[in-house]
Amino acid sequence: MLKISNLHASINGKEILKGINLEVRPGEVHAIMGPNGSGKSTLSNVLVGHPSYEVTEGEVTFNGKDLLALAPEDRSHEGLFLSFQYPVEIPGVSMVNFMRAAINEQRKYRGLAPLAANEFLKLMREKRAFVELDSKLANRSVNEGFSGGEKKKNEIFQMAMLEPRLSILDETDSGLDIDALRIVAEGVNKLKTPETSTIVITHYQRLLDYLKPDVVHVLYKGRIVKTAGPELALEIEKRGFDWIKKEVDE
Amino acid sequence: MQSKEQYLNLYSECRELIARHSSDVMNAQREAACAELQRMGLPTKKDEDYKYTDVEALFAPDYGLNLNRLDIPVNPYDAFKCDVPNLSTALYFIVNDRFYAKALPKVNLPEGVIIGSLRELSAEHPELVARYYGTLADVKENAVTALNTMLTQDGLLLYVPKGVVVEKPIQLVNILRADVNFMVNRRVLIIIEDCAQARMLVCDHAADEVDFLATQVIEVVVGRGASFELYELEETTARTHRLSNLYVRQEADSKVLINDVTLMGGTTRNTTRVTLGGRGAHINLCGMAIADKQQHVDNHTFIDHAVSDCTSHELYKYVLDDEAIGAFAGKVLVREGAQHTDSQQTNRNLCLTRQARMYTQPQLEIYADDVKCSHGATVGQLNEDALFYMQQRGISYVEARQLLMRAFVGEVIDEVSLEALRDRLHHLVEKRFRGELGQCRECNACH
Repeated sequence: MLKISNLHASINGKEILKGINLEVRPGEVHAIMGPNGSGKSTLSNVLVGHPSYEVTEGEVTFNGKDLLALAPEDRSHEGLFLSFQYPVEIPGVSMVNFMRAAINEQRKYRGLAPLAANEFLKLMREKRAFVELDSKLANRSVNEGFSGGEKKKNEIFQMAMLEPRLSILDETDSGLDIDALRIVAEGVNKLKTPETSTIVITHYQRLLDYLKPDVVHVLYKGRIVKTAGPELALEIEKRGFDWIKKEVDE
Repeated sequence: MQSKEQYLNLYSECRELIARHSSDVMNAQREAACAELQRMGLPTKKDEDYKYTDVEALFAPDYGLNLNRLDIPVNPYDAFKCDVPNLSTALYFIVNDRFYAKALPKVNLPEGVIIGSLRELSAEHPELVARYYGTLADVKENAVTALNTMLTQDGLLLYVPKGVVVEKPIQLVNILRADVNFMVNRRVLIIIEDCAQARMLVCDHAADEVDFLATQVIEVVVGRGASFELYELEETTARTHRLSNLYVRQEADSKVLINDVTLMGGTTRNTTRVTLGGRGAHINLCGMAIADKQQHVDNHTFIDHAVSDCTSHELYKYVLDDEAIGAFAGKVLVREGAQHTDSQQTNRNLCLTRQARMYTQPQLEIYADDVKCSHGATVGQLNEDALFYMQQRGISYVEARQLLMRAFVGEVIDEVSLEALRDRLHHLVEKRFRGELGQCRECNACH
């Protein structure tokens, strides 16, 4: 599904990713862990096409297409979704109008007619239930005045609406209390099918307890320095990253 | 020759002609206005109040005038098919400065309400009009007002007597219509007596591709406990220059809402002066401008808290594209003794290009010590993080910009109390941002 080969990327002339190689197959859950500043968020931003980052080398294919050649909105239409670490507040743009625009542009890309108003609202209601998102929030401006937990629920709600093939969850667990974490994680699990894949970027084991990764990678200094099964996350939970850093730096 | 000279000369040559086609009440003030224009001259950018708009230059060209009141062939119902599906109004037309009496709406306004040609009605009701005409629009203070007072021959009178509530919104469509470059001096007097209520929508259009220079003076007198809403929507052409001076005086416990929307035009200069003259008066003064190409929009507001316990809320928003220029100067004066004043002023602006320019000048002048006053002004760009967030959800960059721009001005549209007009404005603004607002051939407020 996703194949990253020798990916180098920089921001403001500073190289952050220094040769990433990663392959995600349909149905897999990959966890990417790593100390602060290792390039985890840069990787997710580069994949979704954030304009501040420049890819200097390497290639990425997504379902056989050259991902890096696509505009950010087309990457979304192709089925790539990012749950933002810091969801953006958009005053004055209602959740309904925002989601309607997103859904209908996706449908247009796929050659489908726009959803009728009642069908759309029905879809909103259905998907809201996935993450127990309050109907009041759905009537407000995008993320405006949402608590940290509500913002993250809202990300998963949007994921449910857009039904992506590959979701990147960028520290979706940060700022969540135990209950919200469970709701969010269960939401993600309910959305999972054998055809969809997930990349989970996290510092902690607790989200992985729910999402059960098939593969765990450690990103450090812009490279994937360790790849193993789920037991690696448990070991990191116990021992931290220092032992890995030491191995790499020696 | 200064550009005022041609108007002073015109007046001295044509004063009898002008007077013959107007009313005594209006004629009575011309000489004084002429003397004041002679004294002050037309404002240039050296005048503090006009430093963002060179008014004198706008007056320099040679415009035609219709002082002889020749009929201009136009049927506004043909030119502007304004049968209103959702926004049900009592609809009136003014062609240039002339009240169009051939197309009166088939509505019965409440008894005692007077609406029609200022020229005719000031002949019919000289005492009523003379009591208010020119009392707010001070010719000593503003040269555009002086020029308008000197040359104006007609316009509109709206009179709502004490305690009368006009349920149906009154809509006035101003149409500029001429075959040569043309000047119009329109005059409007609105009298809302104690405890009366009315709402009015004024749509400005230009039907021809010539240069128009339109001056307009509107005086609004609002009595005790009365309520008045005035929505102005300008949708003219790049060759239309509008200088509109709006004067409002409010008595105790009155409520006024003014919402001034500039969608299309060449040069727009709106001067709005509100006097809160009785305790408990409230003004909600809003405006927005969407400007592109070489459009120029200048809003100059002055709110005078003359007595205690009044509130004012002011919100202006601009979206400037291409090489458009915007200016906002808002002054709030809290006079000595105007305790418990609550005043809030906000001006927010988006410059979409590096070439667009916004000048903003909030001013507070306070001579009382127990007041709550705030003001804020910002100039910025669209939020790039929000744009990217929307793109990640599949919304194209172009569409994401549209959503953000509409959201930005939505706050001003939401101040509109007429639901149908609010919906209509949202729709018009969307079309405007998409560059789909058509030729000025119809009153878009109704279609």
